[in-house]
Amino acid sequence: MLRTIAEINDKIRSGSVVVVTAEEIIDIVREKGIQKAAREVDVVTTGTFSPMCSSGAFFNIKQPKEKMKLGGGWITLNGVPAYAGLAAADIYIGATAIPDMDPRNHNGRPGKFRYGGAHVIEDLVSGKKVVLSAGAYGTDCYPRKSREQKVGLEDMNEAVLFNPRNCYQNYNVAVNLSEKPIYTYMGLLKPRLGNANYCSAGQLSPLLNDPFYRTIGVGTRIFLSGALGYVAWNGTQHNPDVPRSENGTPRKGAGTLSLIGNLREMDPRWIKAVSFTGYGVSLSLAVGVPIPIIDEEMMAFVSVSDDQLFAPIVDYSRFYPTGEGEALLGEVTYAQLKSGCIEVKGKQVPTGCFSSYSKAREVAGQLKSLIQSGDFLLSQPVAPLPGTREGLQ
Amino acid sequence: MKKTRIVLSFPPSNVEEPITYHLIKDYDLVVNILRASIDPGKQGRMVVELRGEESQMALAFNYLEKLGVTMEPLSQEIQHLEQRCTGCTACVPVCPTGALDVDRKSWKVSYDPEKCVVCLSCLDVCIYKAVEVNVA
Repeated sequence: MLRTIAEINDKIRSGSVVVVTAEEIIDIVREKGIQKAAREVDVVTTGTFSPMCSSGAFFNIKQPKEKMKLGGGWITLNGVPAYAGLAAADIYIGATAIPDMDPRNHNGRPGKFRYGGAHVIEDLVSGKKVVLSAGAYGTDCYPRKSREQKVGLEDMNEAVLFNPRNCYQNYNVAVNLSEKPIYTYMGLLKPRLGNANYCSAGQLSPLLNDPFYRTIGVGTRIFLSGALGYVAWNGTQHNPDVPRSENGTPRKGAGTLSLIGNLREMDPRWIKAVSFTGYGVSLSLAVGVPIPIIDEEMMAFVSVSDDQLFAPIVDYSRFYPTGEGEALLGEVTYAQLKSGCIEVKGKQVPTGCFSSYSKAREVAGQLKSLIQSGDFLLSQPVAPLPGTREGLQ
Repeated sequence: MKKTRIVLSFPPSNVEEPITYHLIKDYDLVVNILRASIDPGKQGRMVVELRGEESQMALAFNYLEKLGVTMEPLSQEIQHLEQRCTGCTACVPVCPTGALDVDRKSWKVSYDPEKCVVCLSCLDVCIYKAVEVNVA
């Protein structure tokens, strides 16, 4: 052990902490070697900015004078239904929820999905008001049966972003082997291998820099869309038991994180609603996770670069939706993906990404500045995430 | 030398007329077909960029008018809203002309209107609504 998290926090308080991003550390380790770099650098920051459908927010809405019990009733915000099956004033709005009136993929035409739960969350964080409509059955203690008014974040007692799943540790490269275009959560995939879409920050991605969850655990403090947030739990579908490279990184989707943070403190430029044609609404968030360099092994992990990280190529016209056909069309490195072109079945296929590398770099840089200025202390996880042979079976 | 982008709509009777050939051969125009939808027996529509001498272009327009082809200036243009663009690069592989491109060092997406043929492919692909089509 080189240093504890408590020792790192002492250095943050005294202004002597050494922090670099997961991109900057690559050249430092190439130049100085793992041992020397590990002695010199205390923290490495990671970052990602990417859509994640498993996003949403809890709100507790201030009661009107005549009180109303939303639990068991219904509620919409700007026409987007939220979940009201909680207590009198608690609701949860999911990023992918859409108004009943949305035409969806009617008659096989790919829908536009212009407005949904993610847009409600973005509007509220941007200081806009949304129209709340609600109905309830009424009780002796909560007599009001309907409510319609404009509400903003100032009308909520609490506004908490909560993602059951985020920060997927690696992900598929999506292609289309069929003869027609398909509309997926990995975007529009053109027929006959017309394009290949991927979605990871690669060498800057949080869980690719801590492949065995040695420092990231329940209670890890993170940068979440401009606010301080926390790892609440492992994310849903957390599955560490996948094939891994010699450097420990998974070669397909593996671990995930569940995240929580105060929506009120978040920055609208880091919360962006997105519309996938033919698929639906989602929400892009900025996540930055600090990796404490507690020993040389952690330094080896964070020094991983795009040419050492592999992603699987998957056919979204057949294998992904039906489980039939060729399971794996090959593997490519993130360096190959970022070159703009990969080879699949002998064909040169142009690549596009949904995770913004320029924003990921900005997130890692912002977290680095926060730590350097003493505004962000690292936290000791209170429980580990499930490790290999402990996750989804 | 003049350059213009126009939308040609021609009636079913003239769909089989080799218009492009005549524009090149008879009027010495550089014809770049940006988009075309032409079915025999149906009305055709073609978006072209024409380059050539102004006088020759005027004569070419007379020829098209005589054939019953209607001409309108290309009134659509793509606007790249940098404020909304996150540089994710989803648009880059679907842009056929490289008008939307990414600098692989800064990872910023840029847009070159000179290269854009207004094919509208990017509209369905940009999840941040950072590209819009404007009617000029």
